[in-house]
Amino acid sequence: MDQPVFIAGLGVISAIGNTVAQNRLSLEQEKTGIAPIQYLDTEHRDEFPVGEVKLSNDELAGLSGFKRGISRTAMLSLIAAREALTDTGITNLAGLRTGFISANTVGGMDKTENFFRDFLSDNTKGRLRNVVNHECGAITNLVADQLGIRHYVGTISTACSSSANAIMYGARLIKNNMLDVVIAGGTDALTRFTLNGFNTLMILDKQPCQPFDANRRGLNLGEGAGYVVLVSKRIVSALKKELYCSLSGYHNTNDAYHQTASSPEGTGSLLAMEGALKKSGLQTADIGYINLHGTGTQNNDSSEGAAIGKLFAGYSPKMSSTKAFTGHTLGASGGIEAVFSALAVQRGLLYPNLRFEKQMEGFPFTPETRFSMQPEIKHVLSNSFGFGGNCSSLIFSKL
Amino acid sequence: MDKLMADLKEQIIEQLNLQDVKPEDIGDDQPLFGDGLGLDSIDALELIVLLQQKYKVKLSNAEDGPKIFRSVRTIAEFIESNKIPNA
Amino acid sequence: MYIKAASNISPQNTFGNQPYLSELAEYTGEQLTCIEPEYKTLIDPKLIRRMSRIIKMGVATGMDCLHQAGINAPDAIITGTAYGCLADTNTFLSKMVQQNEDALSPTPFIQSTHNTISAQIALLLQCHQYNNTFVNGGASFENALLDAMMLLYEGTAANVLVGGIDEITANSHAILKRMGLYRRFPVSNFELLNIPGEGTMAGEGAAFFMLSQEASGNDWAKIEGVSSFYKPRSIAEIQQHINTFLLTRHIDINEIDLVITGNNGDLKNDTVYGQLQQYDFANIPAINYKALCGEYPTSSAFAMWLAAHEIKNGVCSFVPQSNQIPLKKVLIYNHYQNIHHSLILLSAC
Repeated sequence: MDQPVFIAGLGVISAIGNTVAQNRLSLEQEKTGIAPIQYLDTEHRDEFPVGEVKLSNDELAGLSGFKRGISRTAMLSLIAAREALTDTGITNLAGLRTGFISANTVGGMDKTENFFRDFLSDNTKGRLRNVVNHECGAITNLVADQLGIRHYVGTISTACSSSANAIMYGARLIKNNMLDVVIAGGTDALTRFTLNGFNTLMILDKQPCQPFDANRRGLNLGEGAGYVVLVSKRIVSALKKELYCSLSGYHNTNDAYHQTASSPEGTGSLLAMEGALKKSGLQTADIGYINLHGTGTQNNDSSEGAAIGKLFAGYSPKMSSTKAFTGHTLGASGGIEAVFSALAVQRGLLYPNLRFEKQMEGFPFTPETRFSMQPEIKHVLSNSFGFGGNCSSLIFSKL
Repeated sequence: MDKLMADLKEQIIEQLNLQDVKPEDIGDDQPLFGDGLGLDSIDALELIVLLQQKYKVKLSNAEDGPKIFRSVRTIAEFIESNKIPNA
Repeated sequence: MYIKAASNISPQNTFGNQPYLSELAEYTGEQLTCIEPEYKTLIDPKLIRRMSRIIKMGVATGMDCLHQAGINAPDAIITGTAYGCLADTNTFLSKMVQQNEDALSPTPFIQSTHNTISAQIALLLQCHQYNNTFVNGGASFENALLDAMMLLYEGTAANVLVGGIDEITANSHAILKRMGLYRRFPVSNFELLNIPGEGTMAGEGAAFFMLSQEASGNDWAKIEGVSSFYKPRSIAEIQQHINTFLLTRHIDINEIDLVITGNNGDLKNDTVYGQLQQYDFANIPAINYKALCGEYPTSSAFAMWLAAHEIKNGVCSFVPQSNQIPLKKVLIYNHYQNIHHSLILLSAC
């Protein structure tokens, strides 16, 4: 039953580019996507920098092929999911048991916010078309219909670990011989709801964030979508393109400490990383690069740091948080970072932890500060942790 | 000051939806967090909102919370010392 | 795989030590509303103060289910909810608009995330195990159930807590009503399916199940399978799905003792069930369940509770002529707005 699962395609759109190639270039050139708010219509426009996708809704409609007025969450999703599917070289899905497992946390909230402005004063007002795709699942359906996928459609929402869980679930559907091909990952658009929500928690940085830095002040929100195409061994021979890597390990745990805060010792994170290592049959020393959850908040980074410090004690793993480039894209982050991780392991890319200055107290490791090529990287660990204590880790391995 | 503390107790119970707690159950100097009333970090954020809405007093740094929110008396003192005169 | 315990808060008297559907609750109008228990004895008061209605319903049924099963450390907690915590979402969104993004309270935002219920149960239990939440419209519960069954099959879990939860709020009801989901004229839930028309009645509920790989000798029923399919193009395609579903489980359709279908009284919605009842399900005793709980995306969790109960009792209490037949296999077929369709098959232990 435990057949391997391979990654055959990648697609991403984020603050640092609209394609995989553009994202990779920005990572290599150390070019951040964090900037003052340009597109989101909010009172906090000049207060918080964010990682917006640098396209207006009309431009995204043009690029995605969706008609105008569709939620930004769906448009971002379609652009990245289609890129991932195209990347595999699979042109005909007929005959392949194909699934689309997409995660998100906001659904069509960007449109619902507009609807509520009119609806709140008079509940017969407000355009229904703005609220018809409010549900998280509706976003997945919109994109599945455009991709022509009907065999299995699923949506997961576990806060900031959502799309890591979508990838894990997709891999298990393949291992259980239910599907041959799964486009798995997630999407989230920046919305007033999430910006204001994180603002009430007082964890937004008013400057570009500094993950894993002693002087970190909080996170920058971002937006985007990221998908990997998972394929079973059975169909690999039919693919004309070289595979990126395998998804060798994964694990999902719960910190069970607090609804929003992570435990000081990083119990959930540690269990997630240990579980993923066990699943892949690897040792701590085998991990060549850790793509940190690294949001830039005091709490996350010290908790994740404590877990890494314990698990990797005696080793010197290379690590960075790419959220300094993209911002924290919430339900999309596990998907976007899975794309970065797959590229890292295939090409030996080591991404910098931008703006890192000072080592965290009590944390024995220093994140990477410059981009470099490290062909010896064989295995990459990617962490995604979230509200509600949801912790998931994925491991990508060189073929 | 006594009036302010009495008001605060009622407002805290309402804002935090404390079950089965009456204003007289909260001592002026009783610790609100930890072993006292058992409040946590989310409650601290709620108290920040309370001060902003009811008393127009703004706490810009969440890290000041523990000191200010130690007891009803410390909150009242903070409000008194930050009130805009004649507002 | 076995259903070791089940717990259900619904518009009927289904929670706690109630005689099984002995007195049915009647609702006239547009919606059926959950009959809620006193939560204070069920949930820690320190946690309850932040919980909105759906969270209390979900956590109470989840905890009750664990209690019934005598398990306080499940190997996984999985939930399905289409809309998530709507009341909290509504509160935060409304205040954000009304207060122009200023001085907002964090609690409704924190509690609005879709994984709140599974997270709160984990927190109450101090359970570090697998924890997942599916938000897939009318297949949210089915996704969760499939995930649970895969975990048991993979051998990574022995006991999994799985539930389906959705709530109605005043605003969600007003919006869905404007979309034409509900009846324009008041009708009783007892008459809803007898007088077909345009629209249905809204419903809500929270139902949790304790699934185990091993039989305990005291289980409610066995789960033979779950399958969901998306936007079938024709009745033939639906029939094909049902056939394949049964075939892969080596079951002939005539072995099914009872079919539970998701008719909701809306003419367009019920066309599919009508066609299946005319052909595929023609010779099988059939009952509907939405007169009891109303229509909502995770209503199949209510249907599974009903099916498990019927099997546990051994005879179908709603079909007089089948009183003599011991109930061995029960098939649930439901679709939500013709988007997600699903099949769940239970059998006697």
